[in-house]
Amino acid sequence: MTLALETIGLEKHFGGLNVTRNLSLQVKAGARHALIGPNGAGKTTVINLLTGVIAPDGGKILLEGADITAMPVHRRVRQGLSRTFQINQLFADLTPLETIGLAVAERLGQGTQMWRRRGTRPEINDEIEQHLTNFRLLDVMNEPTVTLPYGKQRLLEIALAIATGPRVLLLDEPAAGVPEIERHDILAAVANLPRDVTVLLIEHDMDLVFSFADRISVLVSGALLVEGAPDEIARDPQVKAVYLGEAHDA
Amino acid sequence: MTLLTILFDGVAYGMLLFVLASGLAVTLGLMNFVNLAHGAFAMFGGYVCAVLVNRWGMPFFAALPMAFVAGALSGVVAERTMFRHLYGRSHLDQVLFTVGFVFMAVAAADYVMGSAQIFINLPESLQGQIDLFGIGVGRYRLMIIAICGLLAFGIQLTLAKTRFGARLRAAVDDPRVAGGMGINVPQVFAFTFAFGCGLAGLGGALGAEILGLDPYFPLKFLIYFLIVVTVGGSSTITGPFLASLVLGVADVAGKYYVPKLGAFVIYTLMIVILIWRPHGLFGRAATR
Amino acid sequence: MTNQSEIAVSAARTGRWRWQEIVFWLLVLASYVLFSNRYLILTEIAWLALFALSLDLIMGYAGIVSLGHAAFFGVGAYSVGLLAKYGIINEPVIALVAAGLIAMVLGFVTSFLVIRGTDLSRLMVTLGIALLLRELANRFSDITGGFDGLQGFTIQPVLGLFEFDIFGSVAYVYCVAVLFVLFLIARRIVNSPFGLSLRAIQNNPLRAAAVGIPVNRRLVTIYSIAAFYAGVAGALFTQTTALASLDVFSLERSADLLLVLVIGGGGYLYGGIIGAVVFKILQEVFSTITPQYWQFWIGFVLVAIVLLGRDRMHRWVMWGPDFLIRRLGLRPASAVRPEGGRS
Repeated sequence: MTLALETIGLEKHFGGLNVTRNLSLQVKAGARHALIGPNGAGKTTVINLLTGVIAPDGGKILLEGADITAMPVHRRVRQGLSRTFQINQLFADLTPLETIGLAVAERLGQGTQMWRRRGTRPEINDEIEQHLTNFRLLDVMNEPTVTLPYGKQRLLEIALAIATGPRVLLLDEPAAGVPEIERHDILAAVANLPRDVTVLLIEHDMDLVFSFADRISVLVSGALLVEGAPDEIARDPQVKAVYLGEAHDA
Repeated sequence: MTLLTILFDGVAYGMLLFVLASGLAVTLGLMNFVNLAHGAFAMFGGYVCAVLVNRWGMPFFAALPMAFVAGALSGVVAERTMFRHLYGRSHLDQVLFTVGFVFMAVAAADYVMGSAQIFINLPESLQGQIDLFGIGVGRYRLMIIAICGLLAFGIQLTLAKTRFGARLRAAVDDPRVAGGMGINVPQVFAFTFAFGCGLAGLGGALGAEILGLDPYFPLKFLIYFLIVVTVGGSSTITGPFLASLVLGVADVAGKYYVPKLGAFVIYTLMIVILIWRPHGLFGRAATR
Repeated sequence: MTNQSEIAVSAARTGRWRWQEIVFWLLVLASYVLFSNRYLILTEIAWLALFALSLDLIMGYAGIVSLGHAAFFGVGAYSVGLLAKYGIINEPVIALVAAGLIAMVLGFVTSFLVIRGTDLSRLMVTLGIALLLRELANRFSDITGGFDGLQGFTIQPVLGLFEFDIFGSVAYVYCVAVLFVLFLIARRIVNSPFGLSLRAIQNNPLRAAAVGIPVNRRLVTIYSIAAFYAGVAGALFTQTTALASLDVFSLERSADLLLVLVIGGGGYLYGGIIGAVVFKILQEVFSTITPQYWQFWIGFVLVAIVLLGRDRMHRWVMWGPDFLIRRLGLRPASAVRPEGGRS
């Protein structure tokens, strides 16, 4: 059992507010791990800590055994850790072709190329085509991102993270805000992620969580409440209590 | 006793800078509006005072409030007609606009007042030195410290103790929340902008003797105002106050001890501080 | 067409030379014959265009707003002046490159200050550096000539062969040649994977980092390159006018440059050249109306452009030229930036 991602005693406070408390999370290699919890539990903060957007006040983060706690954001990506954002963070003026091409080129070390024209390397073009096809973006590949419908943008959001070639992928509410008719594409894309990529999923949509995850961690007020297989979590009285306090929603 | 004299001169200089730059600090902190034309209002107040005293024979101390009024009025007019449209625009647009405004102001001043430096005829009471604790201190500078000190104290008192001050501080802290609480943010701002321009006008009049008043004033001293605001931060009034004092003393000391490099000291100091604390010595990262 | 080659074609699309660009440069070439009595102003347009191109690299492609780009212009100007005066480097082209490199070093060093902090501190730092250099040049006036400017230097013939003539024809060809070569290089850079990463950084620096792009390193690189270009522009200025004084560092120069790029539009490389042409025409017109106060009208144009909105102004005033530009396909369709967008 190798750990793809692990946190040890992770701590974060904003002023007097303790948003992440002594978090020790273990994500096994190849897992489909979900992180759930009521609103305000601090799930996105955890992702921001894991990816380096914010620095922890205590604890350690290990990626495939290597300590990445002090590593800057872009270095973690190079080490194999990528994420998607809850609200699309895309490049408005760039087309899907350029966006995916950018990620692939960076990964293959072409990002510093100032002289060579784009589109001249067949292996990069191959990979771009593959990603665009997998995420059903081939037909819109030359439209500026800002003109795309939301569902396509969401697909691009995930495709972009995949194009960086991660070994561990953090998905922050991939289905959030996606209209009903386009949800199926998102869910299919998530389900079809390569098995050798470890996925940590944050979601509110319980259908997606239970169909996707093989292990669930429940986060409440910045700390881990309970952890286990989906059916265990579904039956756990503590979890029900935490969620019963919330309004009835999907 | 030269050290004391330098301190004294430096404090006077710093206080003057504070009066000049405080309006800019609040404008930036309140509406996130980069007003590089702030010096134009100072220049206007300075010229108004000069004309009133030199050509119309008004007493100096009577002309000073007029300089304030001139600054404030021109601020109101400019804000209502032009500046208002730029609040939501990008910083680049604000920079371009206010730079264009300064160019126009400089050329207009050159046209109307001529390009030579102007001095305001000072009353007898302000000329020369008086004996204070055995040291000769310049009367003019003493007056500056007194007036600007009172102003700084008054501003701080207003901010801390009055309701308007509370509303202003709330609006600076977070305009959206303040608006949501029923504070009329645009009104607060219009008033504050006018007041800041008034202070600038007063500062321009006071500064004619020490800094020199000519059409290029807004451009020459722009960097100083910006330093005060960047180093002092724009979320408090004490920040710019302290920054002004540090800047004033450092500039005077620098020009005395290392005359070859003069203002060089200031720019280096600014850059060093910005490396160390990109949000200014006393500033906070913006909430918006 | 298979998907693969479609992708290759699309990816390379922006990099390909369009006939419209070729026509543009042929026109530039033809200007040597067409405007043979106006070489002096054409030369000014040329180095101003190069200066604006350098600003475009950081402002149009990387989103860095600088109020002190004249710092590098001035360094380049004084460098070639001093190199010529003290006989250190006598051949203009080599001196040009040397001046550019000196400016580039300054750019590299200052880039670390510029990429940190907020918009405002960036404005501050860039302005501060330019003014600092001006102070330095003023203080060491025994070397630089202070307010009077650098005196007593002459520029040797270009490549040892082409002597600068009083009609300015050599100067003009020299400037245009340098502009063209540097333009070609810039064109390669912005259409490369590196250039794409810059555009990504400008669009969304947070996401750029999350895709593995070392944001700061890229910005430092482009800033240094832009400094080189600006230094070369300053060097051309001094070499063609035999002038170098304190105003090469002035706020007016940096502000005028902003206006040039705003007129022409940033982000597509030709904006600097087009802006330089329009600016110089405006300057000529205003100077004939009022020789002493033409800066007033420059300021007025700036104020008007911003108040009307850069896009709206482009649509109204520049309707004719803009129509032509779009017709000739020189500006990419999606180049218009949203108003009040990036802060």
